[in-house]
Formats: sequence, C-alpha cells, structure tokens
Amino acid sequence: MMPVVVAAAPVVGLINQPVGVAHYLVVGAIMFVCGIVCMAMKRNALGVLMGIELVLNGANVNFVAFASPYLQGEGSRSLGLDGQVIALFVILLAAAEAAVALAITLNFYNNHATVDVDRADDLKG
Amino acid sequence: MDLSVTLPQLLGLAWLLPLVSFLVILFFGPRMGHHGRNAAWVATGAIGTSLVLSLAAFVSWLGAHPVTAVHHGGDHGAAHAGDHAEASGHAEASGHAAAVEGSHGAGHDAAHHGPVAYSGDWYTLYDGGRLRLSIGWYIDSLTVLMFVVVTFIATCIHVYASGYMHDELHEVTDHEVTLADGHHLHRPGRFPRFFQALSLFCFSMLGIVIAGNLAMVFIFWELVGICSWFLIGFYYERKSASTAANKAFIVNRVGDFGMLIGLMALWGALGTLHFADATAAGPDGRQVTRPGLFSLVRPAATGHALRVPDGMVEFAAADKVAGTPAGEVASRVDTWRAEGFGRWLLFIAGVGIFCGCVGKSAQFPLFVWLPDAMEGPTPVSALVHSATMVAAGVYLVGRFFPVLSPDVLLVIAYTGAITLFIAATIALVANDIKRVLAYSTVSQLGYMMLALGVGGWVAGLFHLVTHAFFKSLLFLCSGSVIHACHTNDMRKMGGLARVMPYTAGTMLVGCLAIIGAGIPFVIGLSGYYSKDSILAQALSFAQANPRHAILFYAVAGGAALTAFYMFRLWFMTFAGEPRDHHVAEHAHESPQVMVMPLVVLAVLAVVAGWTLPGGFGIANLLEQSRPAGTVETATGGCAFGQTLTVPAEYLSHGEPFHSVATWTAFGTALGGVLLAAAMYVWRVISPAAVAALFRPVSTFLANRWYVDELYHALFVVPAHGLAAVASGIDQGLIDPLINFLAWTTRQVAAVDAWIDRTFIDGLVNTTANATWALGLELKKLQTGSLRQYVTFIVAGVVALFVIASIFFREAFAG
Repeated sequence: MMPVVVAAAPVVGLINQPVGVAHYLVVGAIMFVCGIVCMAMKRNALGVLMGIELVLNGANVNFVAFASPYLQGEGSRSLGLDGQVIALFVILLAAAEAAVALAITLNFYNNHATVDVDRADDLKG
Repeated sequence: MDLSVTLPQLLGLAWLLPLVSFLVILFFGPRMGHHGRNAAWVATGAIGTSLVLSLAAFVSWLGAHPVTAVHHGGDHGAAHAGDHAEASGHAEASGHAAAVEGSHGAGHDAAHHGPVAYSGDWYTLYDGGRLRLSIGWYIDSLTVLMFVVVTFIATCIHVYASGYMHDELHEVTDHEVTLADGHHLHRPGRFPRFFQALSLFCFSMLGIVIAGNLAMVFIFWELVGICSWFLIGFYYERKSASTAANKAFIVNRVGDFGMLIGLMALWGALGTLHFADATAAGPDGRQVTRPGLFSLVRPAATGHALRVPDGMVEFAAADKVAGTPAGEVASRVDTWRAEGFGRWLLFIAGVGIFCGCVGKSAQFPLFVWLPDAMEGPTPVSALVHSATMVAAGVYLVGRFFPVLSPDVLLVIAYTGAITLFIAATIALVANDIKRVLAYSTVSQLGYMMLALGVGGWVAGLFHLVTHAFFKSLLFLCSGSVIHACHTNDMRKMGGLARVMPYTAGTMLVGCLAIIGAGIPFVIGLSGYYSKDSILAQALSFAQANPRHAILFYAVAGGAALTAFYMFRLWFMTFAGEPRDHHVAEHAHESPQVMVMPLVVLAVLAVVAGWTLPGGFGIANLLEQSRPAGTVETATGGCAFGQTLTVPAEYLSHGEPFHSVATWTAFGTALGGVLLAAAMYVWRVISPAAVAALFRPVSTFLANRWYVDELYHALFVVPAHGLAAVASGIDQGLIDPLINFLAWTTRQVAAVDAWIDRTFIDGLVNTTANATWALGLELKKLQTGSLRQYVTFIVAGVVALFVIASIFFREAFAG
C-alpha cells in the first residue's frame, strides 16, 4: 500500500508544475485506462474496437513523450525521433488491425444479426 | 564283338528300363487312359524290352563262351595253382571297360583258371583315401543267367497281372475292410500304382544282380525291401495287409543290421567293397591295381585257396602291429595269421552278410515274414517268391561265396537245414493254398542255402533258377484258382480239374517239378536235376564230415515232406468231388491273358534243368562262373575248433553219390505222393484220424511251431512292455512335472497381472484422471466472453505490477 500512497503525492503536485513529460504521461495513462474500461464494459463490438484505439493511442502518447529532447542526454547520437517513428508504426498497425476487426465484426453480424460481443461465445469451453 | 563293352551296355539298359517305366508311371500314371489302363503296357513293355536285351546278352555270352560239358578227372594237380591271374576284367573308374579274360575259351576249363567275369564302374560316386564308392557292374554267367530268369519271370507276371488286377481299373469295394459306419470300404482303383511298384521292384532286383560291389548291393537290397513293403501292403486299408507289410519290412531290417556289421567288418579291415580287382591310374600316372574282395580273400599266390587277408590279420592284431616297427609288419603277418588272428573277423564278415540273406531269403529264424507276405496280390507273391526278393538272398550268398570261410558255410548249411525242415512240416497242415506255397518257398530256399553251405555252389544256384520257374508257375496257378473261387481255403475247393483244365494241368507240372519227379537216370523235370545235385552234394559232405550227416537226412526227409504237401495241395484243390458247391458253381477257367503265362512257365519248369547233347545246360553255364579256388576239395580249420572238409562238387556227380541221391530222391518223392494220394484220393487213411492220433504234433504244426507266438512273447510283448513303462513314465512323471510347471507359471502370472492392474494401470489411470479433471476445471475459464477476457488481462497486468512492486521493488528502483 505504501508505494501507491506515496506515488499519489507527486501526481497532485503536477498541477503546480510547468507542462513537462510527466504531464503527457498522465494524459497517456488516463487514455489507456479509459480504453481498457471501454473494452471491458462495452457490449457493442464497435465500442470495444474504439477502446482498443484509445489504448493504442495512450501508448503512443507515452512513446512521443519519452522521445522529448529534454530527456535525452547531450551525448545522444540519435536523431531523437525514435518515439515518433514507433508511434507511426503503432498507428499503422492499428489501422490494419481495425480493418481486420471490422471485417470480423461484419461477418459476425451477417451470421448472428448482432454485434453484441456477449453473444459471441461460440468458442466457449 | 567286345563283350566287355557290349555286356555292360545291354544289361545296363535292361536294368534301367524298369526305372524309366517307374518314373513314367509315377508322373503320368493317372493320365494314362481310363484309370491308368495303359500303365500296364508301359511296365510290360519296359520289362519285355529288358528281357529281349537280356536274351541278347545271353546269346552274345554263349557266342563268346560256349557252354560245354565240364569234365573233371583226377588229373587236377597243383600245376595250375596260382599260375593265372584271376580273370576278372579290369576297368578304369571312368567306365571304360577293358575286361580281359585270363584265357580264351575259359568255359572249357574253368577249373584251371578263375571264372570269366567282366567288371567296371559306370560312375564313381567318391574316390579318396580308403573310400571308393561307385555304381559298377560285375558280369559273369551267373549275372547273365539271373538277368534272363528275372526279366523272363517278371514279364510273365506283368502279363498275368494286367489280367489279374483288372478289378483295380474301376471303383473298388473292398469286402475285407469294414468301416466304422458298417459299410465296406469304397475306394478308387490303383491300377497304375501297382505297375509302378512292380517296375521299381524289377529295377531294384536287377540292380542287385548286376552290382559290382557290396555297397551297391546294399542300396538295391534296401530298395527291394521298400518295394516289397509297397506291394505286400498294396491293400493297405486291410489291417492284415498293412501289418504284413510292416512285418516284412521290420524283420528284414533285423537281417540288414547283421549285413551292415558284415559290411563294416569288410570295409574297416580291407578298405574295399568291390568284388573284382580294378585298375586305375594312380596319382603319379602309373596304373595301379586295387584288389577286390575276391582276390584279397583268395589270392592267386595261394592258388585261390581261402586265406585270411592281410588287412584282417593286421586289423585283428592291432596291438602287435603297434608294437612292431613299420618295416617289419609285412614280414610278420604270416606268423600272426598262423596264430589265428583275423579268422574271427572273416567269420563275422561272412556271417554278417549272411544275416542279410537270412532276412531277405526268409531263413530261420527270420522266415516269419514270408507267409504273411501272402496278403499282397497274388502276382506280387509270385514275383517275391520266385525271381526277386527271396532269390536275392541266395544270389548274394552265391556271389559272395569266395569270401565265405568253411565255418560260415557250416552256419549257412545248418540254417538251411533247420529252415527247410520247419517250413516243410508247417506246410503239411496249412489249409490256405497260398500259405502252403509260401512255406514251400521257405523250405526250398532252405534247400538252396544248405546246398551252398555244403559246397554245392552250382547245385544251390541251379536250384534257385529252376525253383524260380516252377514256383512262379505254382503261384500264378494258385492265383488263377483264387481268381476263380474267390477264396484261399483249400477245404472249400476240390474237383476243380474239370472246370479249370489248363490251371490244373500246369499246376500238376509245377508240383511234379518241385518234388523233383523224373525217371531215374533217364529224364526228369527241372527239379529232378537240381534237387538231385543238392542231395548228392549233401551226401558227399556228410561222408566227408560224418558228424554233420544230419544235413543229408534233413534234405532227404525234406524231399518226402515236399512231395506230400505239394500233392496234398493238388489233390485237395483239383481232385475228387467239390466240397463247397457254392464255390464250385462259380469256378471258371481264367482268361487267356492269365493262362498264357502259365503254359509258358510250365514248359520252362519242365525243360529248365535239361542238359542238351553237347553239354549246353544251366548247370554247365553256371559252372563257368564257379568262384576261383572252389573247384577242389578244401579242408580248412573252423572257428569252432574243428576241421571241416568241403568236398569238391564234381565228386558228387560221380558214383556212388549220384545213384544214391537219385534213388533217395525218387523213393522219398514217391513215398510222399503215395501217402498224399492215400489220404486225399483213395481215402484209405483219414487225415482227421491221423491228425487226432498225433494231436499234440498236428496242433504244434498248425500253430506254425509257435514261432510267431514265441516272437510275440520274446520281442513284441517286451517291446510293448517297454513302451508301457515309457508311457507310464511319460504320463506319471513327465506330464505331472510339465503340468506343475504350467500351474506355477499360471500362478506367478496371476500375481503379476494383479500387480499390473492395480499399480501400473492405477498409476496411469490416476494420472489420466487428474489431467482430465484439471482439464474440466480449466474449461470453465474459457467462457467465450470477450469482455471477461479483457478484464482478466487487466487484472493480470495489475496483479503483475503489484507483485513486481512488492517483491522486486529493489530491482526496479535501481
């Protein structure tokens, strides 16, 4: 319990701070949690897909934030674009994944006349 | 014409033709016409061609060695002793005969030289060290004569059998075999099978006759045995026939065991089984003469007098040889020979070979198989009893004669005497027509053996030839009678002469021939000459050795018995009134094909013994082959510690032996015939009254001297007892042991199975069940709800974070 309680204090203190990497991380975390909750709660398959997008993009925010030049030392030899590049990959993957998922959803709808994921229990053990 | 080339070719072909016939019928028999009808033609054609070839050989022999009367005078001095090499032909192992007689025209004075003989090898099976095995020939006038006799009689019997066996051409119902369901046996005919065996039989017998060495003799000896087994057991569904076949085979094996001992004694000591000398190129290219048995035992150096061969002396004196320097052995052999070494070995060799002859020629004590051999078809009986099987034994004694020492001859003579007496007495009371003839055969074989044993080489073999003719005639006649009456029992016959004139007439000729009927000193049937010469030789022997006079009385008494039982047979069968009208009504003369051989054989039974003016005759022909060194009277030590004189045979042709023998034979035969006539024709003496008067004797004879019973008690019962003991041990000891082991194994296996099922299977099943249960439990997690999975993922990630935060804080903090 101790670390959680201790960890809460700096987050509260962020309000008084100028906007930095930590703030972006908080936004990313909130987006991530929202996405998870969306995935876990929505019965509509399209809602679940949206939750997935939120989760992916929450992660993207983190990648971009960590790619901030302020976090990189003087001796860094990289271009400083690693995070952005990975974020682009993730977006690309998310687009592909969304296409496949939408196709599955469409087929599911054709077979079951619904997009309720609770009804998709054909593989139940 | 070179006889040394043509004779082996002619006789070899005559020998092999029956084999070809056998093979052809064996492979194609059932396809030869309806039920193999044509098999008879093949077999008869083969043996007939053999007869023609044998006759050609006979004629060419006569052309080269004319048969003339042999004159023996007192001018036989020692001058000719040892001056001529034995005339046996020499031949190379490759089969190129180079036979050369010791002198030309040896038939004129065979007495002065060895006999004329051709020998050689067709095929050498093995030649190395002391071992030489070959298929070869030894041909002298005896061989040629036997070929003619065997093929002639076999041809007659083949012709006769093609009529006699016609029942076998269709389905046969054997009324003597009752099956378990009460019906008689119904079987297909076996016509080809009969002729197939007959051909093999002829081939085997001719093989014995032509054989050039004892090993080859032994091979064909056994082949004859197996053929007799086939033929005696031809009706093998009948228990009596199969038993008789087995009996003949087993009894012959007993004799053959002795023969094997004889062969081993000869081979072990002398290293050869060949009769005649052979010349072959040695390893260094020089011609090497390998002496045969005859010249080893009767070397030219001793004037062909019998001498224990060096090999046997050294073999017997092995201890002394071992203690003598190698160079001096040869010089001391004579000393050892004088001490008696090797004499017993020669005796054993001779008696051993004779043992085989005892079995084959049905001599005492192995004669029991021959009467039982009547179970075969009658043509087989005729063949077995005249020209083939039983003749083989006498023939071998004759062929092997030079090697037989005086003591062996004494054994042979006494065996013959006992045999002829026992068999003749049994024949007196037998009622089965074929059994009377069977015992008569045994008795006549006894005559031949006795004749050979007392030194009558020509007499014994002469009787063999004449007997072959009249005994096959008698058997074929009896077959004709049986064919007509469908019974063997003479008590149901009688008066058949009216319905079967040819059979009755020819059989009368046969009976007269076998008793030696003739007008004394003028002319007679074949048996008259051969039997007289046996009697004369026995008398001559009895005079030279008074302590063995009983041999002569046995012969004379046997002659009376022969006359009685033969005419008892003829009178009971053909004379008087029919005793059984049922039988008499059905009786009929046999078909032409059966009567023809009878007439031909009857003619020969009359003339076979005649000597034509100029000296041509079987006796003089045989004289050409008289073994070297047996011309003169021989006096020799006997293994039994006596001195034995074997008188020269020509002495018995002179007075007083000849006339005494002739009158004795005439008197005894006449007495026997008159007694038979008195009992069975004129009814002066009642047979029943005589039988009653001598009740114990007649019962004893009717039971065949209880010999079968004796053997049963001595050999069969102990054998059965031994078998019972062995069976008891088997069932009482071995079986329980096996059963106990099996039971133990079962118990161990049961425990093992329990362990397997309980523990091993239990472990496996428990594992499987646990896995199964776990699977069932885990299945519940697989809900199929997507939202639940997401929740699990989140919960899992949170849990991982919490665990990492609590337990690995230090690691992350770093």
